Amino acid sequence: MQKTYYDPADLKKFGKISEWNQELGDKFFDYYSKVFEEGHLTAREKSLIALAVAHTEQCPYCIDAYTKDGLQRGITKEEMMEALHVGAAIKSGATLVHGVQMMNKVNKLEM
Amino acid sequence: MSTQSLQKRESDLANSNRQLDILSGGIFKTGELPTFKDKIAETNQFPLKPKKLEILQINLGYMCNQVCEHCHVDAGPDRKEIMTRETMLQCLEVIKNTGAHTLDLTGGAPEMNPDFKWFVHEASKAGIKDFIVRSNLTIIRANKKYHDLPDFFKEHNVHVISSMPHYTRGKTDKQRGSGVFDKSIKALQELNARGYGMPGSDLRLDLVYNPSGAFLPGDQTALEKDFKKALKEDFDIEFHNLFAITNLPIARFLDYLIASENYEDYMYSLVEAYNPAAVSNVMCTNTISISWDGWLYDCDFNQMLDLKVASKVQHISDYNEALLNDRKIIISQHCYGCTAGAGSSCQGSVA
Repeated sequence: MQKTYYDPADLKKFGKISEWNQELGDKFFDYYSKVFEEGHLTAREKSLIALAVAHTEQCPYCIDAYTKDGLQRGITKEEMMEALHVGAAIKSGATLVHGVQMMNKVNKLEM
Repeated sequence: MSTQSLQKRESDLANSNRQLDILSGGIFKTGELPTFKDKIAETNQFPLKPKKLEILQINLGYMCNQVCEHCHVDAGPDRKEIMTRETMLQCLEVIKNTGAHTLDLTGGAPEMNPDFKWFVHEASKAGIKDFIVRSNLTIIRANKKYHDLPDFFKEHNVHVISSMPHYTRGKTDKQRGSGVFDKSIKALQELNARGYGMPGSDLRLDLVYNPSGAFLPGDQTALEKDFKKALKEDFDIEFHNLFAITNLPIARFLDYLIASENYEDYMYSLVEAYNPAAVSNVMCTNTISISWDGWLYDCDFNQMLDLKVASKVQHISDYNEALLNDRKIIISQHCYGCTAGAGSSCQGSVA
C-alpha cells in the first residue's frame, strides 16, 4: 500500500475508473471531452478556466494536467498566473462575503 | 542555457550509440512501454516502407550562429561539419534527375556554408517546384554579410521556413538565447517588406513552432491563429502557415529531458498520444535526408543518430532513387515523436 494519498503516476490511470462501472465511466468521459471542445468559448479559454478551478479545488492531478495543457496551447505563465488570481479572488471573496452574515448576526445579537 | 554543443562539451550524448542505448533501454526494455516497432506492428504497419519520394532534404552543415537548447542537430558555432562544393556538385546531379518536387535545405544555419549562395543559385536552375531554405531568422541580422539574404531569397524564389518558438520575447529567448526574439522580429519585418508572407503573395514564408519544454505541441490550427493575431497586432508581421513540430528525444533535447528528470514522463506522453493514422504519413515515407558529407538517411533525426538508410545505396555518390525507394525505414523509439497526436514532420502536422 502506498504511503501517500497522492501519486503522480495515478493520473495516467484515471481512465481505469470505468472498469468498475463502464456505463457511468463512459458517460463521464464523453461529457468531459465534450465540455472541453471549442464552443462559444475557445478551447484555450476553457483550459485557463480549468487551471483556475484546479487550484481552487486543490486537485494536484488537475493542476499537473492543466499546467501542461496550457503550455501545449502556448499559454504563457503570465496568463496562467492571472487566471489563478481570478480563482483566488473568488475564493477569498466567497470567504469575505460571508462576513455580511457575521455582521448581521452580531448586529442582531448585540444590544 | 548552454553555449556549447554536446560534442564540444564532450558529453556522453554526443555519441549517437549512447543515445540509441537510452532509447532502447529503461522503460522500453522492461516492457513498461511498447517499442515503436511493436506499436506499429499492432496495425500491420511494420516494416515501414517509403511511398513516392517527394522531398530531398539536404543538410548543408551543423554550424549555426545559435545554440538552441532543444536542437536535435546539436548545432552551434563550434560545429565544423560543412558540406563541400564537391558534395554539392553530387547533390546537384541528383537534384537535376530526381522525381521529388521539393528541395529542402537545412542545417545548422545553412546560410553559414561558404558555398550556400552558389549552391542555391545552381539548384534553382533545376526547376524544382518548391525550394525551401530553413532559416533561423537571426542569421539575417547576425552579420553584415547576411543582410542581403531576404533579397537573395526573393531573387531565387526560395520558400523560407523559419523557427519561431513563441510570439512572446520571454518564451523565445529562453529556448533560443537572449536577444533572439528581437532579431527574429526584425528579420520577419524585412522579409515582409520584400513581399514574403504577405496575403496572396507567392513568396512563401512559414513559421515553425516547437514547444519550449517537455510537453507536446497543441493543435496546429489554434496555435497558428494565436501566432497570427499576436504577431500582427504587436509587430504588424504577416506569415503564411505555422508548422507545429514535436521535439524528438535525441541530442540536446534528450540531454535536457534527462537532466530535468522529464525523460520518462515525456516518453509516456509520446506513447499515449500515439496516432496510428499519423504513421502512414510520417515524413520518412516521402523524404530522403542527405548529410553534409553525402550520406543518405530516412530523415534528419536518423541522420543525427547516424542510422544510414538500409539500402545498397548509402551515399550520394551512388544515388539511385529506384533502389532507395525499395528500402525498409529504420526506426527506434524517437519515432514516437513523429506519430504523436496530429503527427509531426518538417512540414508540421501529418494527420
